[in-house]
Amino acid sequence: MRKLSDWTKRMAKYHNAYMTAGCVLSGIILLMLLVGIFFSPYDPTQMDASAKLQGISWKHIMGTDHMGRDVFSRVLYGSRVTLIIATGTVAIGAGAGTLIGALTGFYGGIFDEIMMRIIDALFAFPSVLLALVFVSLFSTGTYEVMISLGIAFIPSFARIVRSEFLRCRNMDYVKSAKMQGATDLRIIFLHIMPNIRGVLLSSILIGFNNAVLAEAGLSYLGIGSQPPYASLGKMLSDAQQYIFSAPAYVFGPGIVIIMMVLGFSFLGEGIRKVQG
Amino acid sequence: MRYVLKKVFMMALTLVVVSVCVFLAFHVIPGDPATRLLGTQGTPAQVEALREQMGLKDPLYQQYFRWAVSFLHGDLGTSYVYSQSVSSMLASKIPITFSLAMMSFVFMILISIPLGIYTARHENGMADRIIMTVNQIIMAIPPFFSGILITYIFGMMLHLFIPGGFISYDISIGGFLGYLIFPAIAIALPKAAMATKLLRGSVIDEASKDYTRTAYSRGNTVNGVLYRHVLQNAMIPVITFIGMALADMVAGSIVIEQVFGIPGISRILLTSISNRDYPVVEAIIMGIAMLVILINFLVDMIYRIIDPRISD
Amino acid sequence: MSEEILAVSDLQIEFHDHQFPETVVYDFDLELEKGEIVGIVGESGSGKSMSALAIAGLLPRHNMKKSGKIMYDGQNLLVCDRKILRSYQGNRIAMIFQEPMTSLNPVKRIGWQVEESLRIHVPEMSKEERRQKAVSMLEAVGLHESAKVYEMYPHELSGGMRQRVMIAAAMIADPEILIADEPTTALDVTVQAQIVELLRKINREKGTSIIFISHDLSLVRQLCREIIVMQDGRIVESGTAEEIFRNPGQEYTRKLIAAIPRVDLSVPRCSVQSKGLGRNGRTE
Repeated sequence: MRKLSDWTKRMAKYHNAYMTAGCVLSGIILLMLLVGIFFSPYDPTQMDASAKLQGISWKHIMGTDHMGRDVFSRVLYGSRVTLIIATGTVAIGAGAGTLIGALTGFYGGIFDEIMMRIIDALFAFPSVLLALVFVSLFSTGTYEVMISLGIAFIPSFARIVRSEFLRCRNMDYVKSAKMQGATDLRIIFLHIMPNIRGVLLSSILIGFNNAVLAEAGLSYLGIGSQPPYASLGKMLSDAQQYIFSAPAYVFGPGIVIIMMVLGFSFLGEGIRKVQG
Repeated sequence: MRYVLKKVFMMALTLVVVSVCVFLAFHVIPGDPATRLLGTQGTPAQVEALREQMGLKDPLYQQYFRWAVSFLHGDLGTSYVYSQSVSSMLASKIPITFSLAMMSFVFMILISIPLGIYTARHENGMADRIIMTVNQIIMAIPPFFSGILITYIFGMMLHLFIPGGFISYDISIGGFLGYLIFPAIAIALPKAAMATKLLRGSVIDEASKDYTRTAYSRGNTVNGVLYRHVLQNAMIPVITFIGMALADMVAGSIVIEQVFGIPGISRILLTSISNRDYPVVEAIIMGIAMLVILINFLVDMIYRIIDPRISD
Repeated sequence: MSEEILAVSDLQIEFHDHQFPETVVYDFDLELEKGEIVGIVGESGSGKSMSALAIAGLLPRHNMKKSGKIMYDGQNLLVCDRKILRSYQGNRIAMIFQEPMTSLNPVKRIGWQVEESLRIHVPEMSKEERRQKAVSMLEAVGLHESAKVYEMYPHELSGGMRQRVMIAAAMIADPEILIADEPTTALDVTVQAQIVELLRKINREKGTSIIFISHDLSLVRQLCREIIVMQDGRIVESGTAEEIFRNPGQEYTRKLIAAIPRVDLSVPRCSVQSKGLGRNGRTE
């Protein structure tokens, strides 16, 4: 009995409007993704010429597209693609960025100076353009987009982590750890890193959202995963001209993108409000 | 003064480094242009001759200098696909994209500064909470989707403009700008939302600082404290964002131009990418990189004007 | 007896921004005569700064309940029209604060900030006249390269210099009352004495009444004729400096006086003798 009331009290601390909204939206998206992996109303690539551009119906929750494919199934598939790319992007950006930021922030010196110059130059360059460069030099595809966006995201993570490390490296707990003979590596990973958890989490959420939006923009332009296994942006690009005749075709993928981003965005706000 | 010189030096250095990177990327990675130009028709001897002629047998650094110098003179290379000078291909497109990006920038400033100040003044009031929530929703909408929605609502439903009916500036400046208003709004919305949030936070932070109390003690009104004291301090972090936003707006234009059918840089960039027409892509990317570096420099200069604590 | 210019009676200040209202000042009275220097002493949290802020009209109007009267110039500053209050602030009643670094706007020049009260209250004055007045004010507070200081920014000055700037800015419109809220607390000891001396000079030469707030009783004694002692939001004792030091009526006052470090007394030897470890290993 006691355990339950303790738990509810601790959970109550996390209760605010943003958190709830964020959890709900993210929950729906997550559900969609999970369901989509195992079960899909139709094969996303199955065309049915007789059923083109139908509206919302019990048979097709979001209608059909211009080739007779079920929009909802395609949305399920497309959001998985978007999610994978976004996750990969953030993994690369946050991973490499944190490492670089930690090292430059902790050690400073000439290495820091040079690195920061490179990072600053890269930082202002729009990520979409970097992806375009990458794609033009190599080929277009899911991995190319993920890698190029990931690289484009490194500077922002690096800067944030670096400034956190600059802030923390002169703190007393670092000094006492040094006095105890801790190696630098130990200090970086076991002492300072845990302290920047909050900032890092918040940046990762924001980065994820930006990645989703960037990927959507790129796939709208036709860059990234290719049809018929297209991601949400590409769907929107195809759907654009049919907005009058089959609005569900446009709004389906669009709303899903918005929900994805909004869900995480609200979650981030909710967490921030809790941390105070 | 030393600050300015230092920044100019950094700008030049960054330009050089970036140009080297761009050069290497587009001349080393893609492979041999001569082979591509001649296609399968060319014999190995012809390919070699062409390479000699194009200067591809010279050491890399020579090629780089040649490229850099001609770039600075306005010679942006020759298209692989159209055998036309890149500059002539881009000439008519650049003003269009530039105007679009500028308009978006102006809209962003016009929306975010008054809203940022207003929401900061009425913190936690009804209007503030509504605006902040709307803000978050706007930031979640990809610009091209809002572009599609705008096309639908303002174009097809309200008939305020003809979707796809781009009017060139040499036909009618009014029509040109009028058509660009809608795509500009689409680009500006998410950035304006972010800027509003940033400014609001910054003003709220500054308003709680001690110097505002001193200002009140001298008889300032709330507006006096806000506009004479707080705003200048509050703008400092916002300026960084605005600089970056401008660069992002150029990227945003690339996407939005496709939504509204605007014949700017976007179309030519995308076709060149799929055609592997590297000189064009290279010129555009280099141009944008130069712009970004310039914007950063300007932002640094503005900092110096606003915040005297930036030391030499 | 000089004319009384400020009379505070039954001032009570309550905070209403948390769940329960918190009273931070009770039953505060103060009478200030022309040319007089009154000191308010107490620890942190005693309510001395709050009372001062109330007199200066700098307390927020929401989340706060104030009762009582602050009579100045025939007006009750607690309830009078905002415009009237603003016309006094900077012009007739000026204030300087504890932290000169954060109390000055970091992005504006010193001269601009010093002139501000003139800009607000004497709009007819020309730019050049204002500038001259500001420069001479900076000179008068002891900043001798005043023309240079005029062009400088706060971060280029030391703490003591910044506090002098604050005083110059406060005095430029020739106020009747100067409220000094712990002006020396953030400064070095040597500079503290200089600032106190400056305040005394201002009082002597311009006849400005001063309310000097501090937790440092020795400083207050040097400067003030009347002293008010506060504890936990209440006045526990008030009187002339001589009376208070010679015959402290309250226990608290006695403690405060005893806490003043004095070099002329010998320090009593520590009389605790260690009894060593007792039978059970415990000291006694």
